[in-house]
Amino acid sequence: MTHGTFELDGREVPFSPGQTILQAALAASVYIPHLCYHPEFKPHGSCKVCTVKVNGRPMSSCTTPAQEGQQVESNTPEINEARRTLVQFLFVEGNHFCPSCEQSGRCTLQATGYALGMTNPQFNPLFPNRPVDASHPDILLDFNRCILCELCVRASGEVDGKSVFALSGRGITKHLIVNAESGKLGDTELSVGDKAVEVCPVGVILRKRKGFDEPIGRRRYDIAAIDEFAAAAPKGGTP
Amino acid sequence: MTTLETAAKPEGLRRIAIDPVSRVEGHGKVTILLDDQRKVHQVRLHIVEFRGFERFIQGRPYWEVPVMVQRLCGICPVSHHLAAAKALDLVVGAKTLTPTADRVRRLMHYGQILQSHALHFFHLASPDLLFGFGSAPAKRNVVGVAAAQPELARQGVLLRKFGQEVIRVTAGKRVHGTGAVPGGVNKHVTRAERDELKAALSQVLEWARAGVQLISRLHLANRHLYDTFGTAKSNLLSLVGARGALELYDGTLRARDPDGKILFDGLDCQQYRSRIAEEVKSWSYMKFPYLSALGPEAGWYKVGPLARVQNCDVITTPLAEAERAAFRDAFDGAITHAPLAYHWARLIELLHAAELIARLLDDDALSEGPLTATGPRRAEGVGVIEAPRGTLIHHYKVAPDDLVTMCNLIVSTTHNNTAMNEVIREVARAELDGREPTEALLNHVEVAIRAFDPCLSCATHALGQMPLLVDLVDAQGLLVKQLRRDSP
Repeated sequence: MTHGTFELDGREVPFSPGQTILQAALAASVYIPHLCYHPEFKPHGSCKVCTVKVNGRPMSSCTTPAQEGQQVESNTPEINEARRTLVQFLFVEGNHFCPSCEQSGRCTLQATGYALGMTNPQFNPLFPNRPVDASHPDILLDFNRCILCELCVRASGEVDGKSVFALSGRGITKHLIVNAESGKLGDTELSVGDKAVEVCPVGVILRKRKGFDEPIGRRRYDIAAIDEFAAAAPKGGTP
Repeated sequence: MTTLETAAKPEGLRRIAIDPVSRVEGHGKVTILLDDQRKVHQVRLHIVEFRGFERFIQGRPYWEVPVMVQRLCGICPVSHHLAAAKALDLVVGAKTLTPTADRVRRLMHYGQILQSHALHFFHLASPDLLFGFGSAPAKRNVVGVAAAQPELARQGVLLRKFGQEVIRVTAGKRVHGTGAVPGGVNKHVTRAERDELKAALSQVLEWARAGVQLISRLHLANRHLYDTFGTAKSNLLSLVGARGALELYDGTLRARDPDGKILFDGLDCQQYRSRIAEEVKSWSYMKFPYLSALGPEAGWYKVGPLARVQNCDVITTPLAEAERAAFRDAFDGAITHAPLAYHWARLIELLHAAELIARLLDDDALSEGPLTATGPRRAEGVGVIEAPRGTLIHHYKVAPDDLVTMCNLIVSTTHNNTAMNEVIREVARAELDGREPTEALLNHVEVAIRAFDPCLSCATHALGQMPLLVDLVDAQGLLVKQLRRDSP
């Protein structure tokens, strides 16, 4: 049921009651770059990659309700520059070595970097020391690639009912932790079929021994760029 | 070994550096120490870069390794990719691969051999061989070859392109693909891709044959130079296949002494450490392997085309076998140690690779059948392959949690370390002793190194393995403090 329309980069976009700007845009097959948003979870507004200007003010489009007559700017050089900078921050805060990463070609962070025209990391890498957790028999945790989107935290709590993951620390020291006395994934009830395993947009939560099973050319973003997926996606947007 | 490794009294000697050595893969330099009469006292090939793969692969999941370690090299990544995959086949229990995996990997490997050998001969080595070692430097490069012999340069470029296309259809892309996975491969080669490659085959075979004819003609036309330049006798090491055939992908290890007598044969690659040891020296980041039974002084050896073509008893493809026979006859059946004969042997192998590709492209297992195999898990695996530059050894240990705990790589160029050093000492003695070292004369040293087609970036993977000595000296030259780290 259409409730009204707003203007996104000069185009009329219809919205339903309760929809955010991002949801309405994706439903209209318009891509707004985003990382922590997932159509199956309550919007979170933490990564800020989906920032747009609403009537001239920067807002997170994933948490801002769509309203009649809003003037929304998204695909502008200024906003895309800011988004690109945010993505570059994420690359240098972790250890993202796409050339040897098994998620290369199916990683939302990498695909978003491409969509935003990111050609280099620009900032000095921090090279944090983050050992992997291989204690679980079927799942590997590679903290090097975490972007703190909290999708696994939300999926494990809201869908799986296990609350395996949480974030700890503040600011630059914020990091993903495992809710177990030992801190090890092997001491949790996480299993390969869990939503928390499926939902990781980067290469942190990995099914073991899967690796490079998908050949180059058949990986998700080999087939189409992330903005093309959004254009073709069912209502609600891309995971 | 000769005595020119270390000068008895280095003080006061004049130092000449060839830095960097050009038209080789990676970064290295040569230092030469001369006295007032220009007599040579010391010659060393130094490897000046530092990589560290053996260490940072530790703690990573094993399935990531074939893709990560191939970043050692941009020229022969397929060799590292396949050697790692072969080692990890054993870890995942795939002692025997599916026919599809075997064919796809072999095709990938032969494409690699073809493109790397073409690159080396046509782009890197041919300027010296066509124009002369002392010819004008401005002409002595691939651009000069393209100007003087455009058709030859074009053939070199297109041969390489064909090899890269073979790699692309098997690995996913031309450089740093993902085709080989522990236990097999991740894709078939489609019939359309096979047909496209087949269409170019007759031309590729013709150019490959012409390449062998060209180098044999050059060698035989200047017999004394090619047979004697930098010649240093050594042992030979390579894989061989069934009935002693030339084998590039999978076989057992065979070594011969300098006169061709077999030292060992049929050695299971898993047992490489029973026969090969490595020495470290303070002046190079590259280790010095040797046959342990003979010790470091007498046990050094050559690997690569010259070793392989003379170590085998037969080549299984007819055109290359005919060329091997011609090569052997040219040396009256004796083993040649002439570095410049590497080029001839290399082009025989290029032809062999082209013939093997032609044979494989008719094999339907490339396009249908299971991709991977599994079996009982093991904690350790060794993968050995004949890379374009020689025997390549990858050795891994993997813990039950799937993380790599140990990695040892003995890279082709590393095997040739002592041989290259000895050869340039021979050249220095013959060409430089008593003469003013001009650019043209110094290029002779580089020509000798180039014959081995070294990949210096591949060969310097060790981190934390080398002995290190740091002297802190005050303004008066007195030793204040000495820091020392010994090799483990």
